[in-house]
Amino acid sequence: MSTEDKQLYTVSIYTENNIGLLNRISAIFQRRHINIESLNTSPSEIEGVSKFTIVVNMDEVNIKKILGQIEKQVEVIKAYYHNLDQIIYQISGLFKIKSELLFEEPHIQNIIKESNARIVTVNKAFFILEKSGKKEEIVEMYNQLSKFGIMQYTRSGLIAVTKEEMKISSLLESYNN
Amino acid sequence: MEIQTIKSQGKTNKATERISGSEAVVRCLIAEGVDILYGYPGGAIMPVYDELYKYHGKIHHVLTRHEQGATHAAQGYARISGKVGVAIATSGPGATNLITGIADAQIDSTPMVCITGQVASHLLGSDAFQETDIVGISTPVTKWNCQITKAADIPKVMAKAFYIARSGRPGPVLVDITKDAQFEEFDFLYEKCTHVRSYNPLPTTDIIKVKEAANLINAAKKPLIVWGQGVILGKAEEELKAVLEKAGIPAAWTILGASAIPTSHPLNVGMVGMHGNYAPNVLTNECDLLIAIGMRFDDRVTGSLSTYAKQAKVIHFEIDPAEIDKNVKSDVAVLGDAKKSLEELLPFLEEKSHTDWHQKFKDLYQIEYDKVIKNDLYPTKEGLTMAEVLKEINSQSEGKAAIVTDVGQHQMVACRYADFNVSKSNITSGGLGTMGFGLPAAIGAKMAAPDREVISISGDGGYQMTIQELGTIFQQKAAVKVVVLNNDFLGMVRQWQQLFFDKRYASTEMVNPNFVAIAEGYYIKARKVTKREELAEAVAEMMQSKEAYFLEVCVEKEDNVFPMIPTGASVSDIRLE
Repeated sequence: MSTEDKQLYTVSIYTENNIGLLNRISAIFQRRHINIESLNTSPSEIEGVSKFTIVVNMDEVNIKKILGQIEKQVEVIKAYYHNLDQIIYQISGLFKIKSELLFEEPHIQNIIKESNARIVTVNKAFFILEKSGKKEEIVEMYNQLSKFGIMQYTRSGLIAVTKEEMKISSLLESYNN
Repeated sequence: MEIQTIKSQGKTNKATERISGSEAVVRCLIAEGVDILYGYPGGAIMPVYDELYKYHGKIHHVLTRHEQGATHAAQGYARISGKVGVAIATSGPGATNLITGIADAQIDSTPMVCITGQVASHLLGSDAFQETDIVGISTPVTKWNCQITKAADIPKVMAKAFYIARSGRPGPVLVDITKDAQFEEFDFLYEKCTHVRSYNPLPTTDIIKVKEAANLINAAKKPLIVWGQGVILGKAEEELKAVLEKAGIPAAWTILGASAIPTSHPLNVGMVGMHGNYAPNVLTNECDLLIAIGMRFDDRVTGSLSTYAKQAKVIHFEIDPAEIDKNVKSDVAVLGDAKKSLEELLPFLEEKSHTDWHQKFKDLYQIEYDKVIKNDLYPTKEGLTMAEVLKEINSQSEGKAAIVTDVGQHQMVACRYADFNVSKSNITSGGLGTMGFGLPAAIGAKMAAPDREVISISGDGGYQMTIQELGTIFQQKAAVKVVVLNNDFLGMVRQWQQLFFDKRYASTEMVNPNFVAIAEGYYIKARKVTKREELAEAVAEMMQSKEAYFLEVCVEKEDNVFPMIPTGASVSDIRLE
């Protein structure tokens, strides 16, 4: 597979809430040497149904094969793949910074204002900034703040909803009949 | 965890019975129609064994000599009966010893349920004695697996396990049960599982796709069918026969598909793949339509994918959607059960004979016969060939025996030369290539089909990987006929060393024991043949034996199996020498 054809895809997997399923799904990627860029699990819009959102850098031919392997797992209800244009997504970043910098470095206040970041908490020792958006925006903010020193930094996995309708409820209905 | 089955227990008014988890396990097995299981006891599974003792007479436990033997015996049982094979073991090493058989069953789509004991739930994760994370270890090689820590979960998990193992594309399921769950008492009620909401084992056959397939078949001038085990698993032997006879299509098989159509059938053109027949391999790259039925385009079948059947359109009949376009891109994919799909296909097919096309297969067969087959079956040199042993077995069994093979040269020779006149007659480890599979698998096969002649054929290498199962044969009085084709080498590896590693025979020469004495040590009648003149009589003695029989045949040490597609070469570059 040529690298030109590769792009970021999200794989959205609707599953039963099962304790071993994460292992089963990650093994499918691991066995084929596919690096998972990010992974998020959460409840879905349907009660009792979980949702995995996995981001991978792959070409379309191979992502279709991976999807087949994922859907083959007994407790997977349905899996979809989308490129980033087909979804609305968010990533969250958390930054822990020394409180004194807020007063010593006025530029930090500008960064917070211009980036629409939110101050989650402030105490004498440190304050926490939260920024949600695209990965590039969070990376940009990291680059700006790192000049002043960041005590801790972490970035969440990507979460997404699709522009098109996801017909899981009707699918589940049809399985029951 | 939540177990999703359509019927939830507890809400019904059916009477329950208060029993232990371990008794429930045995009652579940009986309810699923299991009358035989293979295993090995140990600490964490002792409560279940205690119940097996009490239920003796209703369910027969076969003590193998190693847990791996238990899985292969369960596989042999499943492959010949079409039922789910069951293996049982204790925690820790008992459980890990099952893994090879589970992986084998996964890649060869064999329905199997494995039950393992586990340390008590309060000890999980504490590195307790004989604790191992068998659910974690078995995840990549099972169709489904589950750990039970509460007795009340046993009936629904067991029901789900059997349903998943046997439905759709079959496969192995592992159920791990903690010792406290085995001791715990609960209100037992068993209901079979008929549905799991996230699992759709049988895709509906799309009649539009069936018609598209029929149109391609009717328009084809040089069609070739390659069928696999899906035909046997789907019980579609008659439907396949009807299709190829009506449309006059030459049909070849993968090793797991062998025996679905009798060897002698005029449209059966032999085996495809690395050591398959010359004609179907070469003509794969000349056909204008390749019709794959219940097969998965394994690399040992296709050789180099970039040169595989590129000139042909491809139809793929397949039950598992993940196999479609996985290795070979299809023009028409017909999802569903082979029996139903072929049944629906038949009326749309035009009657054809394709005489000129058949002649090509006959011409190429003649080339293979002159260069390979003649020398294999009627050797002029002194040493015995493996093929002449098969020829003798064919003539004395009338091609009706179930041939259970191990892995290596003898396996390829058996597949090439055995006459298969009855379906489910070629029990072998195809996908995983598990040496040591043959002998225990033959025990399971014989127990599933006591009226059939079951002949285990192994090489001297693989035979010694599970040779301890002679003890099981002896204890169970299983009338398995055991043939070892002994060339004092790991023959297939030696062949590759000769062809591709300048005859550097690294660790392939075997200094072998007295095999006859070992068999006799287990009180099994045994004989050794070294000369051609003795062969027919020795095979006759073996076939006439009512009990187990061991026959060692010393064959030519450095014979090679041909034809051969070297790794990475195209099917049409198959070598005859």
